[in-house]
Formats: sequence, C-alpha cells, structure tokens
Amino acid sequence: MQSAGTEIAARAIGIIDQFKNLEGPLLPILHGLQEEFGYVPPESLPIVAQALNISRAEVHGVFTFYHDYRDHPAGRHVLKLCRAEACQSMGGDALAALAKQQLGIDWHQTTSDEAVTLEPIYCLGLCACAPAAMLDGEVIGRLDAEKLEEIVAEVRL
Amino acid sequence: MSLVHEVDYGTPASRSEKMVSLTIDGVEVTVPEGTSIMRASMEAGISVPKLCATDMVDAFGSCRLCLVEIEGRNGTPASCTTPAMDGLVVHTQTSRLKDIRKGVMELYISDHPLDCLTCAANGDCELQDMAGAVGLRDVRYGYEGDNHVFAKADGVANDRWLPKDESNPYFTYDPAKCIVCSRCVRACEEVQGTFALTIEGRGFGSRVASGAHESFIESECVSCGACVQACPTATLTEKSVIAIGQPEHSKVTTCAYCGVGCSFKAEMRGEELVRMVPYKDGKANRGHSCVKGRFAYGYSTHKDRILNPMIREKVTDPWREVTWDEAYKHVASEFRRLQYQYGRNSVGGITSSRCTNEETFLVQKLVRAGFGNNNVDTCARVCHSPTGYGLKQTFGTSAGTQDFDSVEHTDVVVVIGANPTDGHPVFASRLKKRLRKGAKLIVIDPRRIDLVRTPHVQASHHLALRPGTNVAVLTSLAHVVVTEGLFDEAFIRERCDWDEFQDWASFVSSPEHSPEATEELSGVPAEELRKAARLFATGGNGAIYYGLGVTEHSQGSTTVMAIANLAMATGNIGRKGVGVNPLRGQNNVQGSCDMGSFPHELPGYRHIADDSTREIFDRLWGVKLQDEPGLRIPNMLDAAVDGTFKGIYIQGEDILQSDPDTRHVAAGLAAMECVVVHDLFLNETANYAHVFLPGSTFLEKDGTFTNAERRINRVRKVMSPLNGAADWEVTQNLAKAMGLNWNYTHPSEIMAEIALTTPSFAGVTYDLLDKEGSVQWPCNEKAPLGTPIMHIDGFARGKGKFIRTEYVATDERTGPRFPLLLTTGRILSQYNVGAQTRRTDNVVWHEEDRLEIHPHDAENRGIKTGDWVRVTSRAGETTLRALITDRVSPGVVYTTFHHPSTQANVITTDFSDWATNCPEYKVTAVQVGASNGPSDWQVQYDEQARLSRRIAVLDAAE
Repeated sequence: MQSAGTEIAARAIGIIDQFKNLEGPLLPILHGLQEEFGYVPPESLPIVAQALNISRAEVHGVFTFYHDYRDHPAGRHVLKLCRAEACQSMGGDALAALAKQQLGIDWHQTTSDEAVTLEPIYCLGLCACAPAAMLDGEVIGRLDAEKLEEIVAEVRL
Repeated sequence: MSLVHEVDYGTPASRSEKMVSLTIDGVEVTVPEGTSIMRASMEAGISVPKLCATDMVDAFGSCRLCLVEIEGRNGTPASCTTPAMDGLVVHTQTSRLKDIRKGVMELYISDHPLDCLTCAANGDCELQDMAGAVGLRDVRYGYEGDNHVFAKADGVANDRWLPKDESNPYFTYDPAKCIVCSRCVRACEEVQGTFALTIEGRGFGSRVASGAHESFIESECVSCGACVQACPTATLTEKSVIAIGQPEHSKVTTCAYCGVGCSFKAEMRGEELVRMVPYKDGKANRGHSCVKGRFAYGYSTHKDRILNPMIREKVTDPWREVTWDEAYKHVASEFRRLQYQYGRNSVGGITSSRCTNEETFLVQKLVRAGFGNNNVDTCARVCHSPTGYGLKQTFGTSAGTQDFDSVEHTDVVVVIGANPTDGHPVFASRLKKRLRKGAKLIVIDPRRIDLVRTPHVQASHHLALRPGTNVAVLTSLAHVVVTEGLFDEAFIRERCDWDEFQDWASFVSSPEHSPEATEELSGVPAEELRKAARLFATGGNGAIYYGLGVTEHSQGSTTVMAIANLAMATGNIGRKGVGVNPLRGQNNVQGSCDMGSFPHELPGYRHIADDSTREIFDRLWGVKLQDEPGLRIPNMLDAAVDGTFKGIYIQGEDILQSDPDTRHVAAGLAAMECVVVHDLFLNETANYAHVFLPGSTFLEKDGTFTNAERRINRVRKVMSPLNGAADWEVTQNLAKAMGLNWNYTHPSEIMAEIALTTPSFAGVTYDLLDKEGSVQWPCNEKAPLGTPIMHIDGFARGKGKFIRTEYVATDERTGPRFPLLLTTGRILSQYNVGAQTRRTDNVVWHEEDRLEIHPHDAENRGIKTGDWVRVTSRAGETTLRALITDRVSPGVVYTTFHHPSTQANVITTDFSDWATNCPEYKVTAVQVGASNGPSDWQVQYDEQARLSRRIAVLDAAE
C-alpha cells in the first residue's frame, strides 16, 4: 500500500511540475493526471493543492465540476451516448436502452470484463447527424441499432 | 430591550470619492462611484429582494432575485452586480420583476423543506422573508420530483440527500436546507481567508462541501463562524440556537480573549446567552470573529466556576465557604496585621489584563491609596512590558501607532515573533485579505508559522532565525537600509534628531552588523536578509507587526527599539498603512498598562517620582503616595522567599502557570501568609491561596477594554453575576473593609475619575463611547474623537529618538548538556493558560500540548510522533508528547502552554529583559529524550493540586 501511494505521489508531482508555471495551471494539471493514470487519483488532489498553494476544497470544487474527470479508472473503451434534445427526438432513448441491455450495465458503469464504460453526454454538437455517440474520443453520427451492435462487438474484442 | 438591528446593504461599500446620482423608484440617490444599485437602493431605504448577496462579501449575481429594470436598457440586470451610474432611472418593483421573482422563489422552495414551524431559523430566515416579500402562495412544481430534501422517496433511498453534519461542536450543516447561494463559501474565502468550503458538482447536483467532501471537523475549517453568519437559511446554524431558540434582545459588547478586541452582539434570551455574533460596526473586527470569541463562552457557566467566597488557614486545609462580608473582613484584617507586623511594604497586588480598565484602576488605587505602597504589577510584566518601555523611549508613547484598518493601506508587512493566524485570528484574516490583493509579506520567526505559506498567501521572505537573535537580525536589516542608502532622509531630518540618527547609522553600518557577519549566529542567510531589507525599505507603505516573540527575551526592550529605529529610518511612521504595531496578547493588556498597573507608573504612563502627577492623586484621594517605585512581580516573589513580603491580592491572573520558573513562583507563594486569589476558577495559583474571591465574567459587568490599537471598547453587562458581584464591586468592598471611603455606583464613575486624572483619557466618557462605539486614546481636547494614527505631524516625545541596539547574546546558551532551544507559542483554539478555553468544546481541537521537534533531532533521539518525551532545562524538567514536524528548524523545539499538566514553565528560566524584567520565555536551552510518562514534579504537583482544591462542604465525607 505504502509503496503504491508513494509511486502515485511521485508520478503526480512529475505531472504537476510540468504544468504548474502555466497561467491557470489547475485544469491542465488535472488533464495531465487523467492522461497519466487514466483517472485522477484522489490521493493526488491534496498534492495539487499543496503545490499550487490553494486549499483542498478549491481543488475538490474544480475537480467535481467537470464530469470528464474520473475518480476511478474507466474501462478500456469509453462509449458516450448523446442524451440531449435533438438526439432524443431521433430515437436516442431506444438506442440508450439497447446499449444498456447489450452491455448489461447502466450509465457510468463498466462491464465486468473492464472492456467498456457507458456514459451519457449532453450534446456533441452533431445535432444534424442525430442520434450521435462518441467512442474513445471519436464522434459517430447517425447511430442506429446495427451500428451500435457493431460497436459493442468491437469493444468487447 | 430588543435585538440590535444591523442593515445589510447587500454589497460592500465603495471607497471611491467620486459621487454619482441616480433615481431609484422615484427617489434621487447619490452614492460613491462603484456602489451597486442594490446598495444604493438600500441607502435610500429601498430594499431589493435578495438571497445570495450580503455586504460582508462581494456581489455574486447567482440568486436572480434582485433583478431590476433600468430605463433605456434591455432585460432585467441583477442589482447586486450592476454599478450605479449617473442619471440611471431604476425600477425595483414592476409587474415583470414581480413575476420573475415569484417564479424564482417557486423553484427554490420546490427543493426546500416546508418545516418552518420546527426549523431553528424560524424568525431569522432570509428565505422565509423573501418568500413573504415576493408574495409566494403556491409551488406549482410539487415536491415529488428530484430533490435534496427527503432521505427516502417511496421507500427508496434518495441519492441526492445528505445527512446533517454535526461534527463541529458549535454548529451544524444540514444540506437538505441549502439553497446553494454560495454565501458561506465566499465568506470563508473573502472574510476569513481559509478557503475551507467549496461548491462540489454542478447544476442540480451542486452542494456545499467542506474540504474535499470531508466533515467540517476534518476539513481545513477553523470554525470562525463566518459561514454560519452568512447563511440565509438554517443550513449552517449554531447548535446553541437549535437548543435554545431565537434570541429576543441583544447588546453590543467586547470579546474578552485576545488583544484584537472584537465587537460582538451578545444575543440573549432572558439572561441566557444564545449566541455571540460579530458586530459589523465594530472598528477592530468589522464584522468578523474567530472560534474563541464567537463560540468559546461556555466557561462562563461551567460547573467549575466558584460562586462563593472561601477561606482557609493553611493551604493544606480544605476550603471553607464563607459569606462575602466574612471574606472582606478577613482579608482586611489579615493585610492590616501583616503590615503592622512586617511593615507597610509587605503586601501588594496584581492587576489583571483580563479585567476592565475600571477594575484595574481600582486595584492599583487600592494598593497605592489603601495599602499605602506601590507594590502593584500586572501580567503585562511577562508579555509586553518591553513594548511600553521601548516605544516610550523612541516615540514617546507606550503603544502601537496605528488602527487595524491601517493594514488595508499597507504594501509591505513585516511580522516578527507573532503568529497572527493562531494568536490574533481576526487581524490575521484582515491581513490575509490585504496580502491576497498584492501586499508583500516578510516573516521573521524561528518557526514556519501558517502565514509563511497558506492558501493564496506566501511570504516573500521567511527569515527563520535562531531564537534569541532578534536584535542581531534587526540591526542587520538596518545595516542594509543604511549602507545601501535606502533610508528616508527627508523624514528623518524633519521628524527625528539628525545627530542621533548619524550616531545610530554609524553604529549599524559597522561591518560586524552586516548580514554576512550575523549569519553565523542567527542562521539567516545574508542574501535573503538583504532582499528582505530592500523590499521593506523600497516596497511602499511598510508596517511592522510583532508579538511576544519580540518582547519575551533578555533583549526584549532592545528589539522593540530596533523595530522603532527601522520604522523611523524608512519613514514608515505617521500615516495610514505604516507604523509599529504590537499585537497584544490579552483583551486588556494595553488598558491594564494604561491604568497605572506598573509599580513605577501612575495612570497614563507618568512616573511615580513625578511630583506634579502624584499631587493630582494625593489631592483627589486624600492620601500621600509613596514616591518610590514598588516591587515588580519577580521582586515580590523574591522578597517573599526572603521573608519580607507576606500578602498579595491577585485579580484574574494565574501567575503559577503563566510566570516563568514555576518552582520559584510556588516557593514565593508558599512563603506568604495571606494570598488572595480573585478569579473565576480555582486556578493553579489558588493552590497556594488562603482566600478565594469568586470573579465575574465579561458578560456580567459593565466597563471598558482597551485593545492593541488603543481602542477603548465598551463591555456591557448582559446577565447578573453568578457570583453575586462584579469584580469592581468586590475590589470596592475590600477597600471599604480596609476603611477607604469608596462609593462608586457604576463603572462610568470610575471612568470619570480616570478621565479627570489622566490627560490621554481626558475626553473619554461612557456617553461618548455609546455615541461613537469606541475611541482610540489619546482622546482629549486636541483629539475629541480619539486618535486612530499617532505621530502624524511629529512624535509624541518631540523628535523621534534613534537608539543603538547592541546585540548581547542571552546567558541562556545551548551546550553539550542542553543542545536544543525551546521556544513557546499559542494555538488558535486555546487561549493563554487555557483557564477559559479548556472549559469549552474548543478542546476538540487541542486536547494537550505537544512538543514540536524537527525530524532530524527526533531521529537522533529515537523519538516518534506521539511518544512521551522528557524536556529538561537548567531549571527543571517536564514531560509531554512529541510531534515531529519541519515547521521548526533543526536545533529548535516548540510547545504551547495551554494545559497546566504540561508545566512548560517548570523548564523556563528566570532570565529576563534587562529593562523591564519581562521573562525570557522564548529561549530556553533544553535536552529532549524519551520518557515513560509524567515527571516526578508533575506527579507531585497533580497530587498537591488535587488536595488543595478540596472544598469542605462538599468533601466533608472524605
């Protein structure tokens, strides 16, 4: 336990040092940590606060404001389905239900094989191609049941 | 009687001198530029509905209730964030606005419990008031939807609901009642400067969180109460209000803890204190408070308080309760007997820095006029006596030069030997606010105090000097200022004696005072010291704040003079934002000094040898005062051991715990025949007392306290004394029993006598204090409303005096037997010897004193955090538990002295300041080693204390 904690701390300090001289360094540091660890380890937040000479509460407030920062690791893939108005009106609800059923998980959950995490998102700016989704950062337009099943099969590989 | 009402203007006042005029609801209003429309409206008596705005914090614009319409502008801007401008025509009540507000309120209330009748804030709830103001009659959305209010919905747990946090001993946080207005978060950031609160999440999921979603007690929260004060609902509520209910009347009074002297409203229900609320018009605290003043008043009704006078023949006897009359007669006859038997000078008295000016004045009057000698001293002897001496010598007045508001105009702050965030928290908050706005900070302290680095504040320089080398470091700073030509020649030529300056300049310029030369003994890197000196001399308005880390040294007075020299040399005296500011430890330590508590000084710092001054008192009191100074506290104890000093009246001071070299104090007290202790509790000194007179708290009497900025603040009685008499009445009755014809019926009459006899108080009356709130002395014909800043056009003594400050190492040196230096200090939640705060829930933050030791020194000795360690000095030894930290440098150890069982003063030595005898608490050479538990002395002491506290009526069966 001790060594794991120390290792995270050491890596976190490395990330913090890279960004701390930027103007407004907190978001770049949180991004950096998420990139390094796949999530932002909670034990790294006090280290960030200490390094930037701000309070733990302030770091916590910023960290929890952004849904994209994770406090635990995600699956190997992250599938986001748009839940905003345009996509809902184009059958997004049914696709969401299908995705949940096919993966056997609910929103924010990860499949037991750690393959994929399912997340809602509110507007990808692809309303013209609704319903829309995003897989590992790549946007997908005109999603339908067939495409969704392909995606599910692909991420399960 | 009713509650003291304070107007909430919604946003802070603007400092602009340019005025603008606008029309609000048909009323023409003129306000300083930068004032919000909300505040301008309130100035005209028009109150715009609001929830997220309060005038202690900046406008935020989130609640959307304070919207207004402005002719010629689109939309409905928020009045809190829209500045008033010339010619605007504003409407605060239109049908459009009414609809919007009602709609907004409906949304708020749809996620808020409807338990108003059983809610602790009932009668003091802004949400309730606003619902009334906007005419809310219905909530169309119902309560079944998503909410934060109910723990369960249809038998299923509600994820959004959070339980009440009751971890803080003084207030609760109930998230179900929160409207997320952010007032608490902003108060914690802007007013207190701790940044312990935040809003976590976003949108409907937003919650107030302490720390990183911790309980309040585990978070960074320092329990100052600013958030509770700011909360418009019952989300953050004092536990006392929950227990008792809303107060029905209040009076403005002054806190009895530290020397900041915060003004509070004591909010009462009958004679029961419901809560203490910081008063916005209080000129020292401007509406802010700390955990002690705000919450730690429980000692006033603690079961340990002694309420009946007690007597005993020998200190080994149990106490016997007696009537007041019997007690007065006993003391009077004992003191007369002692004086008959051992001479007039065989008795004396000690005044208290905790009591009022009026009470202190009476005790010294009793000693001088009643006992007929000058054997009177006060606890300032052991804290700020060097301040009095040093500033009198250099400037001509024994007091700080500024008011606390001055810090808002400071550009460079030097903090020396003080720990404001713990010792003077409300001042620290005001200082941090200024530092966040860009002022620079230099800390000179052996320990890395919080101010060196705390969220959003970082000292430019921390000179971590070795304890005992203050004079060397300050003289080196002066060396840099003089040799690099950074001094303010125009100021010095105009205000100071130029010849004396030149003499001093040549002294400090000599190479042995250069930072490079002093580095070896002080441990402060020369380059860092040079940079600090340059910053102070050239950074704009420079102000020096200092505490007991300056005075409690063998060269305490010299250090004070060195500080004064530095301020004069850089021209930092006589205007806003500069000055020399002693941070006084106790509520009335300034006042007790002002009131003639020292053996050599009559009220107003006039020497006892001065015939004309003595004559004033001789004539008024009908006596012939002795013209020789009397005994100081250490001299009294020495004389007691020698057998020539036999009786003492001690009002509100625990010399056994607070004075150095406990064994010597104990021996002195044990050698006396009549020790009279007048206190709230059976304190440590009372273990050696023959008579105990119960004291009254600050809530139980009228009077005045004088704070560190010379501000005379009123103390107002809000409840009857539980012990039956205020302290001034007890002293008066004692005087009467000794045959003195005293007939004061109210403390205002005592103040009248003070004003009559003391030029710097000549204009002070209770009427003036009621009218002005407070005044800073000198208050007389020349300054009828007091003097916020001193020495404006010239020094009180005429020309400012530069004095050579030769560094002389203390005799208390480290060596092979005692290789470490012990220094002492305070912690936020506890106060002084802890007699009060230990009897409150503040103990949850600090249940024992710990020895801070550097990891390096600890490792050498095989000590871990939490281990019992033995601390040994030349004077004695004690044991306590260790805390390993790099806040202290290698070679330095540190402890607090709040708990009597620690007996930190068993190890402090009897070395003291050369000029004033102020003890050298801050430097003791010690050795630290592992230990199994309490020392023999601690065991013996505890046993003796236990025996001596027996009270016969209660212990008869034993």
